[in-house]
Amino acid sequence: MLPRSRRETTRLLFLISPSLFWLTLFFVLPLLLVFAISFGQRGTYGGVRWNLTLENYGRFLDPLYLRIFGRTIVIALTTTLICLLAGYPLAYFIATRPARWRNSLLLLLMIPFWTNFLIRTYAWLLILRDHGLINTLWTGVLHNFMLWAAAAVPLPLWDPLVSATASPLPLFGSNLAIIIGLVYGWLPDMVLPCYAAIERFDFSLVEAAQDLYANRRKTFLRVILPLTMPGIVAGSILVFIPSLGAYVTPDLLGGAKSVMIGNVIYSQFMSARDYPFGSAISLVLMAVMLIGTLLYFRLGTENEVN
Amino acid sequence: MKSTRIKKKRQGRWLDRLLTAHGIAGYLFLYLPIVILVIFSFNTSKYAGAWRGFTLDWYKTLFANRSIGAALKNSLIVAGGSTLIATIFGTLAALAMERYDFRGKLAFDSVLYLPIIIPDIAMAVMLLLFFILAHLQLGLTTIVISHIAFNISFVAVVVRARLAFFDVTLEEAARDLYADEWQTFRRVTLPLIMPGILGGALLAFTLSIDDFVITFFTAGPGSTTLPLRIYSMVKLGVTPEINALSSMMLLFSMALVFLSIMLQKGGGSGIEIV
Repeated sequence: MLPRSRRETTRLLFLISPSLFWLTLFFVLPLLLVFAISFGQRGTYGGVRWNLTLENYGRFLDPLYLRIFGRTIVIALTTTLICLLAGYPLAYFIATRPARWRNSLLLLLMIPFWTNFLIRTYAWLLILRDHGLINTLWTGVLHNFMLWAAAAVPLPLWDPLVSATASPLPLFGSNLAIIIGLVYGWLPDMVLPCYAAIERFDFSLVEAAQDLYANRRKTFLRVILPLTMPGIVAGSILVFIPSLGAYVTPDLLGGAKSVMIGNVIYSQFMSARDYPFGSAISLVLMAVMLIGTLLYFRLGTENEVN
Repeated sequence: MKSTRIKKKRQGRWLDRLLTAHGIAGYLFLYLPIVILVIFSFNTSKYAGAWRGFTLDWYKTLFANRSIGAALKNSLIVAGGSTLIATIFGTLAALAMERYDFRGKLAFDSVLYLPIIIPDIAMAVMLLLFFILAHLQLGLTTIVISHIAFNISFVAVVVRARLAFFDVTLEEAARDLYADEWQTFRRVTLPLIMPGILGGALLAFTLSIDDFVITFFTAGPGSTTLPLRIYSMVKLGVTPEINALSSMMLLFSMALVFLSIMLQKGGGSGIEIV
């Protein structure tokens, strides 16, 4: 209802003014500030000189930054795709179990999700680093086995295997490690919306499709998939956005170099002290994220209509 | 005809087995790293690669570590303070959004949703610049301010989900029984949306106590929270003390999950939407 009387207006003001005040002061204003600063220049001692220049956006076109940005988008898209391919069947699995199991399965899904993100990433550091679990098995158990096998059955076939297991696998610092970390961190974000969509899905429609001689593949592609599309769209956005802006995962699993755009933003603020350039990158990141989301939403809803 | 039906049935059974195998693999993927972390927190060896024997020493050094105690205290102050304020503000905003139409509602709605959508590093950068230019000393206060800014949105979303299913006739009934507006709110509306408010508060608390990126950017000297402490420990080098700390935090988040389940049983909060 529209507030009619003066009392209604007062009540509405009472309800919205605290959050309006807070979000204007500590969200909208900072956002405008970043926008303004992105056209400024770095001062001599790290401050900001207020000019009107597009220099910072121009610097972004440097191949170095474009490459990092490209890699960031590829990593975020790969993460989203893997989450979708692994998460949708997982959601389908949970949604098609008997009702009494479903809540426990969801609970089991939530526990890692509510665990500190740093800790979840750190767990993978233990597994993937040079002296980590996988490499201990690789250079220890597997290497010893190869040596033993080579001694027992002397064949030239063992030589490459012996030398391959002699040194650790270059997992730590690789894009693969980052993608594993991101998938691990955001998989529940994909499963939950997909689950919500599949759980709402009316399975009698499958019977109807099969009565009409649709095979399994057709039933899935023409009936189940389009009707659960909103869950897929929501899940993909929920995975894509934090992957695009990831800082912790590439920082811990990606080694010393700046691998993703989040690390570049970090270093502009924390070590280079180039606030204008850092602001410009943040804005580009937000713009890409917003455009990507809108495009995906449009794609998703179009599919739904067809 | 009969043979194709049998074939179809067999194919279906295979698909279901595949689905079950995938489900089991999915849960193994989610739990294996955590289990490994917990197991190695009891490992005698400093290097996590191999098992050398059982010990509780890392828990002893953890509890003896003063800086972790201080970080925990800071974390609780930040999470408690920001949850309290964000829950009040967010609930009020949710009531306004569900109950009223007003000019600029769409704009306010967007501002309310944006902090959820934008990457936390972007929000961290914005707030840092704002605090620097406003000459605010970075510390616990700036962390709490920032956490309130993102938590208002999460609380508002959860409470709105609850309000969407609210039966307005209950309020009308209360008014018919000569309850004034305040009484109606206190005795009817508030108890009915309470699970949503508690769910929102729990979510806000978890987000706040887990937040690393925004806290990292808005923290100053002496305001190290638990995630910041863990981060610097990890950066300095992997020790089993972190495994012990992680295991303790894991236990804590499990407790929180069970608490949220209990809340949900009390009438379905909005937690399931997150």
